[in-house]
Amino acid sequence: MWRIVHQFGSPPWVYRFCDRVIPWLLPITVAALLTGSVWGLLFAPTDYKQGDSYRIIYIHVPAAVVALAGYYVMALAGLVSLVWRVKLADTAMRAAAPIGAAYTAIALITGAIWGKPTWGAWWVWDARITSMLILFFLYVGVIALFEAYENKTVAARACAILSLVGTVNIPIIYKSVDWWYSLHQPASIKFTGSSAIDASMLYPLLGMIITFYALFALLMMLNLKQSLTEEYAQSAWLNKRLTA
Amino acid sequence: MSETTDIDMLRYCRSQTGRHIMLLVRSPSEVINPLLFFLLVVILFPLGLGPDPEQLSVLAPGILWVVALLANLMICMRLFVDDFEDGSLEQLAMARVPLAIAVLPQLVAAWLASGLLLSLVSPLFGLMLGLPMDVTPVLVASLLMGTAIMLLLGAVGSALTVGVQRGGILLALLILPLYVPVLIAGTRALNEALYGGDPYVALALLGAGVTGGLILAPLAIAAGLRVSLEL
Repeated sequence: MWRIVHQFGSPPWVYRFCDRVIPWLLPITVAALLTGSVWGLLFAPTDYKQGDSYRIIYIHVPAAVVALAGYYVMALAGLVSLVWRVKLADTAMRAAAPIGAAYTAIALITGAIWGKPTWGAWWVWDARITSMLILFFLYVGVIALFEAYENKTVAARACAILSLVGTVNIPIIYKSVDWWYSLHQPASIKFTGSSAIDASMLYPLLGMIITFYALFALLMMLNLKQSLTEEYAQSAWLNKRLTA
Repeated sequence: MSETTDIDMLRYCRSQTGRHIMLLVRSPSEVINPLLFFLLVVILFPLGLGPDPEQLSVLAPGILWVVALLANLMICMRLFVDDFEDGSLEQLAMARVPLAIAVLPQLVAAWLASGLLLSLVSPLFGLMLGLPMDVTPVLVASLLMGTAIMLLLGAVGSALTVGVQRGGILLALLILPLYVPVLIAGTRALNEALYGGDPYVALALLGAGVTGGLILAPLAIAAGLRVSLEL
């Protein structure tokens, strides 16, 4: 079992692993993305309250779910890099940050587009929206800190510490924002009135969430390969692999 | 070579706290400037929002807390810079006292000079913004604890950015999101007190924040300083 774990610390092995998985993962993700979008956008039933505008949920919710998970992927990579000094974990952490930030941005933008027809405003200071915005800034902070250092090994250690501090704080931030919102509860928003989501709407949603996870993994692998190519441009194994 | 004992650490902390306080006393501008900044920004709000006392007293908790937060940010920007540049931080990191404990005296001194002073003068600013006298104890108590939490969090960011050229804006980007819970709890305490609610829940949460921060933040600060010193 430990051999498998150790293999993930070896750049040549991971590079080969990515090379092997990407040809499978890429078509599957694209197909799932198309199927899920068509299913959600065309075939799922229309909501009786919100009409067709609710269909953006099939992009919005999966992006939001994976955006938060992405932070934990990044922080976990940071922990591995700090504790065991695995260099590849640095690269993984750096690869996860911009993808997570992009997911958060997608969730925020689709949320704004969804908010206009349903709430009548592009931006509402809702608890979840505010938390997402803060999450976005946490991601941006990690990326900015990484860019600020000349020495990339030091940069990765700094980012690892920052993302761990962020991990401790995320639950506190989420709880406090919920609490803040309950004080300022605006009366105009009553959109989660309907209780449970119907199965005919739920299945495409679950499908899209899984697809967005797959997309995260795919983008991460592509990003990882790119970073490894830059980092190991001088090493024999990479040149052999690229010329083969 | 003898082991470092608890007595040694206590003695170390006491002498270092004295040293840092002395440093601040000898350069009073570093202490007074953040207070002046606090005053100036508080004055800007009535000028921008209009002099209506009722409107100002509604906005006062938010204004006071946001300005306190910004003043704290200013202090965090300078926190480790001098010691980093003259090499004392390197000595500190190599001393026998664990770095996580060795940074505490400086934090204590910095809090005395910033958080404590700011909290003590805050009733004056509260009065200027039309905050009723009877919420003053809550204002002072929430700021006393809130500035301590913000200083601890800010010190983590400061430790991570001290080696970076022009790290000031970067520091703001890193730690302002982390200040959100403090801001929410602090303004909540004040608003509850203003409108006859129970401010103690929010104050207790701030107290919990100080306790948790005192336990966890020094570890992160020490790790951050080691990164910045490339040790």
